[in-house]
Amino acid sequence: MKPRSIAVVGAAETTRLGKIPDMSVIGLHADAALNAMADCGLTAKDIDGVATAGESPTNIAHYLGITPTWADGTQVGGCSFMLHVRHAAAAINEGLCKTVLITHGESGRSRVGGGGGFGRAPASLMGQFEMPFGVTSPPTMFTIPVMRYLKARGYTETDLAMVAVIQREWAAMNPRASFRTPITVDDVLNSPMIAWPFRMLMCCLVTDGGGALILTSAERAKDFPTKPVYILGTGESVETPLVSQMEDFTSSKAFRVSGKKAFDEAGISHADVDHLMIYDAFAHLPLYGLEDLGFCKPGEAAGFIADRNTAPGGKLPLNTNGGGLSYMHSGMYGMYALQESVRQMRGIAPAQVPGAKVAVSHGVGGMFAASGTIIFSNEA
Amino acid sequence: MDRALPQPTPETQHFWDGCKVGELRLQRCAACAQTYFPPRPFCPACGSRSVEVYVASGKGVLWSYVINHRPRPDMGTEPHSIAVVKLKEGPTMMTNIVGCPQTPEALQLDMPVEVTFETFGAMALPLFKPAGA
Ligand SMILES: [Zn+2]
Repeated sequence: MKPRSIAVVGAAETTRLGKIPDMSVIGLHADAALNAMADCGLTAKDIDGVATAGESPTNIAHYLGITPTWADGTQVGGCSFMLHVRHAAAAINEGLCKTVLITHGESGRSRVGGGGGFGRAPASLMGQFEMPFGVTSPPTMFTIPVMRYLKARGYTETDLAMVAVIQREWAAMNPRASFRTPITVDDVLNSPMIAWPFRMLMCCLVTDGGGALILTSAERAKDFPTKPVYILGTGESVETPLVSQMEDFTSSKAFRVSGKKAFDEAGISHADVDHLMIYDAFAHLPLYGLEDLGFCKPGEAAGFIADRNTAPGGKLPLNTNGGGLSYMHSGMYGMYALQESVRQMRGIAPAQVPGAKVAVSHGVGGMFAASGTIIFSNEA
Repeated sequence: MDRALPQPTPETQHFWDGCKVGELRLQRCAACAQTYFPPRPFCPACGSRSVEVYVASGKGVLWSYVINHRPRPDMGTEPHSIAVVKLKEGPTMMTNIVGCPQTPEALQLDMPVEVTFETFGAMALPLFKPAGA
């Protein structure tokens, strides 16, 4: 921490304290936040960083109308907000964001509308405005925008199927992949219907596993026995906890904000990218990712994949471990995308991209709720 | 098995009360005129706390959907739509499309739909049907 580099400019509590039976937890967060913004003359449009505990930063950002380039949901108990201040200071100094809002709200006495966060309790926003209509798990939520996307882009079920087919080609080269037997578009389109237009082979598998990473300064990295994999750029954003409330069903705002920030930080162009990972919980994710990260113009991603640009031997190798569709998917697959990026940068991947120097790892959280992008290089 | 139902909060009570009396109640901002959803006591577009509840048209178009072939136990046993409609007033809203076959042929994007309220226990849910059906 650099002393005196960061200051608090707005501070406020909720309008009332004590017994507030007419406000829910997220309402208390919002009341305090609006008061703090009024205290220093800002609106939600001026805020680009959000930290909170108890509620998720995605919920707070969307409820207030904030588009963040930094979000922190660190929850370690009552001192979480001290940690948020420290993390926010580092983020601002590092240029990840400029103006951070840290919120707290708790209906400790009246117990109104708790259970928000990542939960689906009946009083949460998801519990009230999505659960009553029969959503179950990601196959009936992450897929909700896709019919609109297909119509807007002129894509078809075959385009979704092709994503799974080509990723299986990569998986076939990877001894650790769960599914390695080649498949055809017909195989995908004849697999069991899960939730129209999604069939089983368009959905990620469900497996057990884990991963871990260790980071240090580039200076110290030279002393390690492993080949250093440097971080060139990073991005993150959150949009909404409710897939039904996405601003645009044909594009993820969180993807666009996160990807642009990472590319800007890294100072590279798309042509510099040798290897790409796009978290593929479902077959439509690589299509959205290629477009929202700017590798393809809207409407060109399906053709880009069908023309084998992302396949083995193509100019932009994508999801070279086989992805969530064929390699593994434990539930929070982002770790495996990062692991494959690191392997590719170290030059030790089972399906190694020869001479790869720059790798992009792009992840999604929730149902288009959040996004993170990391750009790696093996050159100092 | 009983349908999973919403539990209103003080900020959303007007919406669920409206469903029980056959009104789709939305909120709009007095400062910037924006209609928004889900309910909250301020405008997410400009931050103003000067907002009002009004009765919306209940009309919109089918914006996107899936047909769930593995329904949740409380949703019956037949494949059913989980849809998003785009309301005439602007916001999108998750719902089920009822009153028509639950097939891709019957569920055409951009078809006009209108709200219909269905009672489940102590609550009423805003479902949508093809307009005029
Ligand atoms: Zn407004």
